[in-house]
Amino acid sequence: MQKTMKKYFPIFVGPTLLAFIIAFAIPFIMGLYLSFCKFTTVTDATFVGWNNYLKMVQDKDFVHALLFTIAFTVVSMITINVFSFLIALGLTRGIKGTNLFRTTFFMPNLIGGIVLGYIWQLIINGILLSSGVTITTNPKYGFWGLVVLMNWQLIGYMMIIYIAGIQNISGDLIEAAKIDGATNFQILKKITIPLVMPSFTICLFLTLTNSFKLFDQNLALTAGNPAKQTEMLALNIFNTFYGRVGYEGVGQAKAVIFFVMVAVIALVQLVLTRRKEVEN
Amino acid sequence: MLKVSKGKATVLTVVMSVLTILFLAPIIIILINSFKDKLYINSAPFSLPTGDMFVGMSNYIGGIMKTGLPKAFCYSLFITVFSTALIIVGTSMTAWYITRVKGKFTGALYYVFVFAMIVPFQMVMFTMAKVANIIRFDNPIGIIFLYLGFGSGLSVFMFSGFVKSIPIEIEEAALIDGCNPLQTFFKVVLPILKPTVITVAILNVMWIWNDYLLPSLILPSENMTIPIAVQYLRGGYGSIDMGAMMAMLVLAILPIIIFYLFCQKYIIEGVVAGAVKG
Repeated sequence: MQKTMKKYFPIFVGPTLLAFIIAFAIPFIMGLYLSFCKFTTVTDATFVGWNNYLKMVQDKDFVHALLFTIAFTVVSMITINVFSFLIALGLTRGIKGTNLFRTTFFMPNLIGGIVLGYIWQLIINGILLSSGVTITTNPKYGFWGLVVLMNWQLIGYMMIIYIAGIQNISGDLIEAAKIDGATNFQILKKITIPLVMPSFTICLFLTLTNSFKLFDQNLALTAGNPAKQTEMLALNIFNTFYGRVGYEGVGQAKAVIFFVMVAVIALVQLVLTRRKEVEN
Repeated sequence: MLKVSKGKATVLTVVMSVLTILFLAPIIIILINSFKDKLYINSAPFSLPTGDMFVGMSNYIGGIMKTGLPKAFCYSLFITVFSTALIIVGTSMTAWYITRVKGKFTGALYYVFVFAMIVPFQMVMFTMAKVANIIRFDNPIGIIFLYLGFGSGLSVFMFSGFVKSIPIEIEEAALIDGCNPLQTFFKVVLPILKPTVITVAILNVMWIWNDYLLPSLILPSENMTIPIAVQYLRGGYGSIDMGAMMAMLVLAILPIIIFYLFCQKYIIEGVVAGAVKG
């Protein structure tokens, strides 16, 4: 089988590999190299060593964007997971209309980031109207606006994963606990929560990476205003590339660091999930 | 499953109903505002469009004239459908080959695809746009290959996971019966892969349909997709035609909701399967 298959490599792997090299491999390697160069287009690059990385560290907007992104990610992770887990608990009790509720809560997840951003811009500006301000008056409004938007988008998604986790718990376990006289709260604490731990890991990392890499919603809701105070990392990188001539190299250095941070998050997730699998 | 008493069930139903209204409210507010004169959208966003405020379909007509949304819809549809189709065929073939033909090269290739899966778009955004520009891939057809290339990581990974669970004897039997590898793949393997095909299709449709950044960097302005058309309304600093914006938001959401109502079961299952594996 192996021998006949080998002749078919160009047909089976060729097209995808070619597209992969063009759209990913070459841009990735070029990107790594260019982060050490000064350039405006890719053809006029001159090597400058760690210069771009030094400029990046000194860029106050970048440091602010990093801190803003971390704060936003932590708050979103907590709120989204608490709300979605509570809703999942409520929707696994066999009440009427469960399917309808589930369908509605999940729907915002399908709407694109740009559209979501403008929807919430209108609503938050409408709420702030009575105080005579807009979402870009104070960075706090932008921050909490993004948190609310992210909750609206991701609660339904995480809820579905939690529901699947809760429904996987054997009914016998809960029966047995009830016969032994456990209260509902004890069942939740001693049976439900420990057994949905794998769902918790998945959801925490999904909300973590989604919040950390956020771009479209940020661009549409506030575009970083006022004065770049609500700019997240991805938007800061974009603005460095396309907003300041001569800073393309710095933008690329920021992108490399951004990639390293995302990769570290993914590695931690991999290690954590592997360990859990061994324990079970 | 833990059942609750009747009284508690009623309370729970009421709470969930209130939440449902809260979840739907943003979309309903946008819908209401899309029929309102643009001067009133900022000053009275939460009131019904009565009397002077009501402008009928003029926001829709104005918005379509400004953005060319029907054209953008066609480009979005074209790019999404063909990219997804190409990703499914291309990556399932690749995944089957590198899983079945064991060797150092195919093993390494698998890890390269898995690696690509975690790289954020910002890392390759600038250089990809330049490469696409140089080789003339900066058009609605070229972008399909860019989506295949950038999206192949996740899809190869998901297909590979499923191929490993298929007993190899089925394929060997097909080969012995005289099928060549292509026939074996399309007549035997691909039908078995159907659940993963649906998952991969849903994930890619959702990504490509809603994607803003990649097409905005690659495509010329006459080939706008829907997210680009919506963002285009922002125009110069701070000047948004809110009437047109509301109408375009409604039109941008409408196809997604229709698609969701018809394929709800597949979408929810697909997204969950993708989350658990990815």
